[in-house]
Amino acid sequence: MAENKDYKVIGTRPIRHDGVDKVTGRAIYGADFQITGLLHGRVLRSPHAHARILSIDTSRAEALPGVKGIVTGDDLPAAEDKMADLGEGAVSLKYLCDNILASDKALYRGHAIAAVAAISPHIAEEACQLIDVEYEVLTPVMEVRQAMEADAPLLHEGLKTSSLGETSEESSNVASHIQHKKGDIEKGFAEADIVIDREFVTGTVHQGYIEPHNATAHYNQDGQLTVWCSTQGAFTVREQLAEILQYPISKIKVVPLEIGGGFGGKINVYIKPVAALLAKKTGKPVKVLMNRADVFEGTGPTPASFITVKMGATKDGKITAAQTSMAFEAGAYPGSPVGAGAMCIFAPYNIDNVLIDGYDVVVNKPKSAPYRAPGATNAAFGSETVIDELAEELNIDALELRLMNGAKEGDHRADGPVYPRIGFIETLEAAKEHPHYSSENGKTHHGRGIASGFWFNIGLESSVTISVNPDGTINLVEGSTDIGGTRASIAMQAAEVLGIPAESVNPSVVDTNSIGYTAVTGGSRTTFATGYAAYEAAQDVKRQMIERAAKLWDVDEANVQFADGEFSSINGKEEQISFRDLSGRLSETGGPVVGRATVDPPGAGGAFATHVVDVAVDVETGKVEILRYTATQDAGKAIHPSYVEGQIQGGVVQGIGWALNEEYIYNEEGTMTNASFLDYRMPTCLDLPMIDAVIVEVPNPGHPYGVRGVGEVPIVPPPAAIANAIYDAVGVRMDELPMSPDRLLKAMGKI
Amino acid sequence: MAKKSHVQTTINGESVEFLCEPRQSLLEVLRDELHLTGAKEGCNNGNCGACSVILDGRLVNSCLVLGVEIEGKSVETIEGLADPEKLHPIQDAFLENAALQCGICTPGIIMSAKALLDNNPKPTEYEVRYWLAGNLCRCTGYDKIVRAVLDAAEAT
Amino acid sequence: MQAFEYIDAKTVSEAVALLGEKGDKAGLLSGGTDLIVQAREGKKNLDWIIDIKSIPEVNELTFDSNSGLTLGAAVPCYQIYANDSICESFPGLVDATVIIGGTAIQGRAGIGGNLCNASPAADGIPPLIVLKATCVIAGPNGERELPVEEFCTAPGQTALEKGEMLISLKIPVPEKNSSSFYLRFIPRNEMDIAVVGAGASVVLDDSKQRIVSARIALAAVAPTPLFAEEASALLTDKEINDDIIEEAAQAAQSIARPISDMRGTAEQRTHLVGVLTRRALNGAIERVRDAA
Repeated sequence: MAENKDYKVIGTRPIRHDGVDKVTGRAIYGADFQITGLLHGRVLRSPHAHARILSIDTSRAEALPGVKGIVTGDDLPAAEDKMADLGEGAVSLKYLCDNILASDKALYRGHAIAAVAAISPHIAEEACQLIDVEYEVLTPVMEVRQAMEADAPLLHEGLKTSSLGETSEESSNVASHIQHKKGDIEKGFAEADIVIDREFVTGTVHQGYIEPHNATAHYNQDGQLTVWCSTQGAFTVREQLAEILQYPISKIKVVPLEIGGGFGGKINVYIKPVAALLAKKTGKPVKVLMNRADVFEGTGPTPASFITVKMGATKDGKITAAQTSMAFEAGAYPGSPVGAGAMCIFAPYNIDNVLIDGYDVVVNKPKSAPYRAPGATNAAFGSETVIDELAEELNIDALELRLMNGAKEGDHRADGPVYPRIGFIETLEAAKEHPHYSSENGKTHHGRGIASGFWFNIGLESSVTISVNPDGTINLVEGSTDIGGTRASIAMQAAEVLGIPAESVNPSVVDTNSIGYTAVTGGSRTTFATGYAAYEAAQDVKRQMIERAAKLWDVDEANVQFADGEFSSINGKEEQISFRDLSGRLSETGGPVVGRATVDPPGAGGAFATHVVDVAVDVETGKVEILRYTATQDAGKAIHPSYVEGQIQGGVVQGIGWALNEEYIYNEEGTMTNASFLDYRMPTCLDLPMIDAVIVEVPNPGHPYGVRGVGEVPIVPPPAAIANAIYDAVGVRMDELPMSPDRLLKAMGKI
Repeated sequence: MAKKSHVQTTINGESVEFLCEPRQSLLEVLRDELHLTGAKEGCNNGNCGACSVILDGRLVNSCLVLGVEIEGKSVETIEGLADPEKLHPIQDAFLENAALQCGICTPGIIMSAKALLDNNPKPTEYEVRYWLAGNLCRCTGYDKIVRAVLDAAEAT
Repeated sequence: MQAFEYIDAKTVSEAVALLGEKGDKAGLLSGGTDLIVQAREGKKNLDWIIDIKSIPEVNELTFDSNSGLTLGAAVPCYQIYANDSICESFPGLVDATVIIGGTAIQGRAGIGGNLCNASPAADGIPPLIVLKATCVIAGPNGERELPVEEFCTAPGQTALEKGEMLISLKIPVPEKNSSSFYLRFIPRNEMDIAVVGAGASVVLDDSKQRIVSARIALAAVAPTPLFAEEASALLTDKEINDDIIEEAAQAAQSIARPISDMRGTAEQRTHLVGVLTRRALNGAIERVRDAA
């Protein structure tokens, strides 16, 4: 389906449409929103990781001057124990509600207990300190292997293990066990000349968006609830609010304001229902903001995991078998990304015999939330370092070994899907041909590593409408919140269809009353799926404009053609009119032209990446310096190459942070001791070199321009690539993330 | 409730008066009292730089300055950077280089870059990285930001 | 953040009187980069914040080739590293000022505040110790002086009595053939608190092959920054070689009493004391030799 031609707009680098607002400070983000009569909300959070809530007394707080309303879990409608489908898969409504405001138990430090609305944020905060909560403190379960033990304290007395279609008799912290099988794993290992079997541990990490969560809610007297917020998906917020508040979806309007980063972490709602409850209670608009500690302690990190990886290969480098067991921490409620991890591990390779087991396990940490290719980075840390070790044992170049076993069109993944045209091999070839790969890297304690990664990408529903302005520009209305330049990448696809410059499109991200359903900005889907909708909506405009030209010239529509922004008549009259000029003649030809499209495209097309990294290790301190980084990635077709590079560079750097320093550090009571940007060490610009992003284009057959989602896969390879580089530098195999200086000192036997 | 203080100051070249509680930070004053919401709260403890403004010519985290402290001083914020007719060269360089994704850190980084270039018009890549280390960006990996600042230095 | 009153003190006597009157419920504001955060996070319970930046004495920054450096308690880091004579004479102090926080923090935070905050991990304190700084303290009974290594008494606790405040730090003129060096270990390259910090000053003989005397100080390995007195004394009148540096590093390690926390483990810290002491001593020696 993908067209293969020279594009006029696609592949160029126009200034993004929302750029000026964002460099001048005028763009309105969630926390910037102001409205008359606003009250300020603040959430009281549990100081304990695991505790039964015996009583909550709000009387002292209510007496504080300036306090206008207080809510607790009792203010939420009684949640039935039913499953709610919120577009991102079914979830238990009780769990969903309990995570908003705890009912019977606090399941992690930072769990919301109560909330106050007051005339200033300071008063709301003071009032929180006056709420008296009596807890029965319970033993916290802070690690996945500990949680899986038969005698581990239980988080949920009623939670049973769902395993391959069966449900356990006994309660357990293991919520589910999944499995994917391909071929015969025993046979595969029997065919292998060499087998490597390793264990890996990864830490809990946070998405680390710079903008804390925020929400302003107001109920009108007619019952209309409006919520202004930053979110990755206004429609999913509307759905979650309707379920949690048991309120008619038609009476809820969600207005997405600019969003300051999400990376998956701004799909789940936290304080949005709380703001609504406080607004209901006070009759006033209420703004609730998190502070940074709230974000770390109260919102979804991506989980820690324990992963075993066993792989076998023949002497000549054919990988014959791959097996893994992946246990992921779900946090306080079921729902870790182990399923996605299980889809991605080994996915870059065509291996005949595969066995994948995944376990979703609850622990006393915040409920996990998606984070950029959720699950895939944990998985690749294991599989891609084992492949490096296989290559070393086989005495085959690690990149060659990947080329020999790399998946191609027609191969099928262990979890079922058969690949359409994919570009994994092309990313390997691009890495091999890059000057980085052949450059000198021989200094003492310097090393080079490579690793690859996969993310499946998703499609889902998007809606776009386009109206034509009399001056030949178009207004494009969409429901995908713009986290990183998608107004531009969506507008460019419409502009390409209509033969107009990107600058002639005015894209707007609008509220849930103003556009058809659009799924979240996540899953690397926005430029693919909402772009697809823009393409189709522009085609609709084109069809209507052809009708208008036909009317103008009194010819049959079949005799009007459109190319390079010009309509012309064929077979008869010699007429020609530009898109722009025709736009000025809509009144006389039948009135306004509005194009529309809704899509749910199936062919998201998987994303593959291969990364090469050089490191220097200070063997006295255990500190790793990133010297050079090259990331190759199949983008299908890069609509706006600068923002594709930006996605790659940003993902790489998040992966570097995960690899080297980022982790939740807990004390014995289950309190995170580094819940600040001071001690949760995300990379600063002084920690990095330039990141060379190499775009490979193997068009996705599932998109008219060949687009593949690009946002997520770049975070997948870095931890494994850096581990492999550390091995090359100092000869130790790191099996735990982060590979922080103290762990590396230990691994090197220095302490 | 705490008594409010009267403060007279200069913001983006204009004389400004406001009332604030002593516990309100300069960031809170800018955002909540003066509706200058370009400076953002990312951490409220000086570790992210999203609230960076220039106070009497020095780059500061506005979350770590009290509103009452700016009596008689001069504050520059992102809202005052561009001319009515055209953007500041740093702003242009950020747009040309696609040096922002979500944009939440952008006002702080641009103010930080301005303070750098006011102080050191032709910085090296290392100097840019050192100077901007207090400004976290989670989207871009900093590559395009550093290039934008270097380009802006070239352009001025 | 709890409500407080803000007072812009104009003189030392006004500030001292206010401190005497308000006691523990008053905090002194200079750069504010620690104080405001502590008040906001409920770690300090303050009813009064007394801004001292309008007091002339705490803004003094003078270097005199006879009496040495007077560094007012409120002088921010950027003024220190922008001062050529300080860069030349006290490079170890400058090393600390360029790594405390980021550039925005350095626009406000100063060495005096870093000292009064009395963090075990304060980057500003080891250089003051190795440079033999003296604290000038004003109080209800007038002024007194105190060697800087006696100023911090416990995490967040100082030798300041009720009603007393730090006015300035005095650092003597460096001796001939001397220099200083400070470094810390952090996992990132900026913005972290020291896992371990080490400062050193050395005086060499004219051949620059022998140490006449040396001072070593450590951060983040005990409840207060430490003057490594024995390790320093070991180097007196010694030929410079790897063995003697190693011996001093080991002596420094022996006084470290680190804890394990989110910034590092005790064993990592003890190990790093050795590494950083060597690097600090070698750095200071190199500076003397390079100055030739």
